[in-house]
Amino acid sequence: MAEIVRVYIDGKECLAQNGEYLLQAARENGIYIPTLCHYEGVKPKGSCRICTCKVNGRLMTACTTPIAEGMVVENNTAEINEMRKAIIELFFVEGNHFCPTCEKSGDCELQALAYKYQITAPRYPFLFPTKRVVAEYSRIIIDHNRCVLCKRCVRAIKDAEGRSFFAYRRRGQHIEVILDKRMSEQMDYEKALEAEKVCPVGAIMARRIAFTTPVGHRKYDKKPIGSDVEKIK
Amino acid sequence: MKASIENILRKYQHDSTRLMDILLDIQDELGYIPEAYVPHIAELLGLSDADVEQTLSFYHFFSTRPTGKYRIYLNNSVVAYMMGRSEVAAAFEEALGIKFGQVTPDGRVGLFETSCIGMNDQEPAAIINNVIFPCLTPFRVREIVRDIKENKPVEEMINYQYGEGQNASEMVRSMVSNNIRKVGPVLDPHYKVGEALKKVISMSPEEVIEEIKKSNIRGRGGAGFPTGLKWEFCRKAHGEKKYIFCNADEGEPGTFKDRVILTELPRLLLEGMIIAGYAVGATEGILYVRYEYRYLKKYLEEILENARKKNYLGKSILGKEGFDFDIRIQFGAGAYVCGEESALIESAEGKRGEPRDRPPFPVEKGYLGMPTVVNNVETFCSVVKIILNGGEWYKSFGTEQSTGTKLLSISGDCRYPGVYEVAWGFSVNDILDMVGASKNQVQAVQVGGPSGSLIEPDEFNRILGYEDLSTGGSLIIFGHHRDLIREVVLNFTNFFIDESCGSCSTCRIVPVLLRNKIEKILNARGVEKDLDEMLEWAKLLKASRCGLGQTAGNPVVTSIKNFRHLYERMIQKNKEYDAGFDLQAAIRDGAEATGRIPIV
Repeated sequence: MAEIVRVYIDGKECLAQNGEYLLQAARENGIYIPTLCHYEGVKPKGSCRICTCKVNGRLMTACTTPIAEGMVVENNTAEINEMRKAIIELFFVEGNHFCPTCEKSGDCELQALAYKYQITAPRYPFLFPTKRVVAEYSRIIIDHNRCVLCKRCVRAIKDAEGRSFFAYRRRGQHIEVILDKRMSEQMDYEKALEAEKVCPVGAIMARRIAFTTPVGHRKYDKKPIGSDVEKIK
Repeated sequence: MKASIENILRKYQHDSTRLMDILLDIQDELGYIPEAYVPHIAELLGLSDADVEQTLSFYHFFSTRPTGKYRIYLNNSVVAYMMGRSEVAAAFEEALGIKFGQVTPDGRVGLFETSCIGMNDQEPAAIINNVIFPCLTPFRVREIVRDIKENKPVEEMINYQYGEGQNASEMVRSMVSNNIRKVGPVLDPHYKVGEALKKVISMSPEEVIEEIKKSNIRGRGGAGFPTGLKWEFCRKAHGEKKYIFCNADEGEPGTFKDRVILTELPRLLLEGMIIAGYAVGATEGILYVRYEYRYLKKYLEEILENARKKNYLGKSILGKEGFDFDIRIQFGAGAYVCGEESALIESAEGKRGEPRDRPPFPVEKGYLGMPTVVNNVETFCSVVKIILNGGEWYKSFGTEQSTGTKLLSISGDCRYPGVYEVAWGFSVNDILDMVGASKNQVQAVQVGGPSGSLIEPDEFNRILGYEDLSTGGSLIIFGHHRDLIREVVLNFTNFFIDESCGSCSTCRIVPVLLRNKIEKILNARGVEKDLDEMLEWAKLLKASRCGLGQTAGNPVVTSIKNFRHLYERMIQKNKEYDAGFDLQAAIRDGAEATGRIPIV
């Protein structure tokens, strides 16, 4: 039996298992910490930085920080919320996100976060980058305009030997997700759907199927993101 | 093709964690890494093609396109520009008839840019096929290009003579100069190689750590973590194997002290690593050297070989039963972020140089998941002297909070650029006097490289030390005739954009936004609000994972804080808002395509 420790999130005493990630511990205690690159059951990477909290006075990502006895966490504060909102806005100017024409609209975590943080327009000038839409694979289409570089596909979608179908190419502002050409030929329909599901935005779309759920009936059309954790009626 | 790949892979026992070495060997042999090789490499290593590609595409000295028989990489650091880089660059382009980023039509010569190559004391400098060409002038460029056209081997393209000291030795033969200007206890060459090691093996590992702790030495890479404590954590951590890493990836623009140590005192450095191995209980050391210093490869390998012969490395070192330790060299391939300790480890494992999330720290889970100590070159060298003379002796240098000495790499507008070893506690004023820079001609000093601060004359009485101006040792001096925003802040911000690994959203995006703002101001479209927004946006970078990202806004932030008047001079008064949008530029492509000139 793992040891139970006490952490304080915005002054609220929370109990959780020692060594558990802060994000998990918070969720178990009904506290929602927003995430984008986090995916349940996949090793965290801390790349989107949206779950950043102040842990004992230092900025740390909740998805990668194991809890310890007596940890003091600032999560739902004006300062942290403003920072998160600003980070979400960064994604909107970095890519080309046209929600009305995106198939993922309503199921998109980035869009849902934007609603949650009441973003009407980003504070930064749009970068309007020229990005590719890659349709050379038999099972999926990658639309780089929408990619938020969360690395979820890289970390989650693997073959039987544990090799990743996806990888990063280049670095910095030129970084992009690639699908292994040879492995893509072995990719079956289930894997393609899994990849689509893992993608928080509409960057990875399985081919030959679209709009199975009508707009208005999608995940975040009814309830805002995080409400399952916060248990809002 | 297959045969040569197989030979290289056999050399590394088909170990996928040695992918960096494999790619470096192929690149050395062919000048590039053909894409057609990727599936073969992947198959033989049990990786996917994408795995190989993601490492390959991360480092800027790897290329999948032919880069020519002669590959010229001209440094684009700020000091290179200050010393006449623009004229040198133009001379290369003119003599070769190509632009940067291109290869001559006959495929013989490639011309590329690269970030600071650690030669700030002898700029402008270029690397041609791993040979360093310092102190370039347009005249010298024409000589080099003439030699290239005559097919002369790069090694023979010597202008006059080799640099001083070991630069002229058989194994180095380099035109690089050391420019050691002030020697202190660490750089002092009068010590007996191996003596500290002999002393150490008569002590217990705990006693060694205790002595290091007593000296209060803190990491010399810049972060300043207490070395003794780091060793103790690693000694106490559980792992089948432990590793000692030396971080010789000095990539902070303006730093070049490790180059000088690697050249003149490599034995001192190795001895420090071996002592660390003994103290921590490690069996393997890895000396991670930046690609730019590949001209020292043969030399360093020979020194390792000699150390093995003398039983400073190997089994039962100096007869001490059970003390086994060996060192291998790992070269990088062009990535500033690999100077961050966890990115360095990732890179040595054959991966992209992306920093890891912490915890766990490398002392618990580092190289191949094992407890690992990562220390700076200078830290290891200091350790040897501490063992020889004692922790108390070491504390007699420096200040209470910052004990010992620091090697400074000083460049820019001063008479004597070079490496100076000074005790902590020196003021910036003292330093300017020391290097021959008259104070009334100095506009600003960049302390700690681009990730540090740009300070103004009113602050020159501040002292170097962990309690005030903490630094890894890079100091760049700017005279009054320099345009700080255009020449310095813009250059540094572009450096951070080029060198971001791209993993964190903040570090990938914010510097680009800041750069665009600087350009807007330089284009006379700036307003007061832009300055406040830059400061506000830069704060987001503090949420990045590693030190690179967290400090990427420092050029902008410290320059606005200390030199706001320079920005104020360029912004539009009486105007609250300017989108900075250039309609003519925005419609240029469309106008060209349709052949119509719109009336706007």
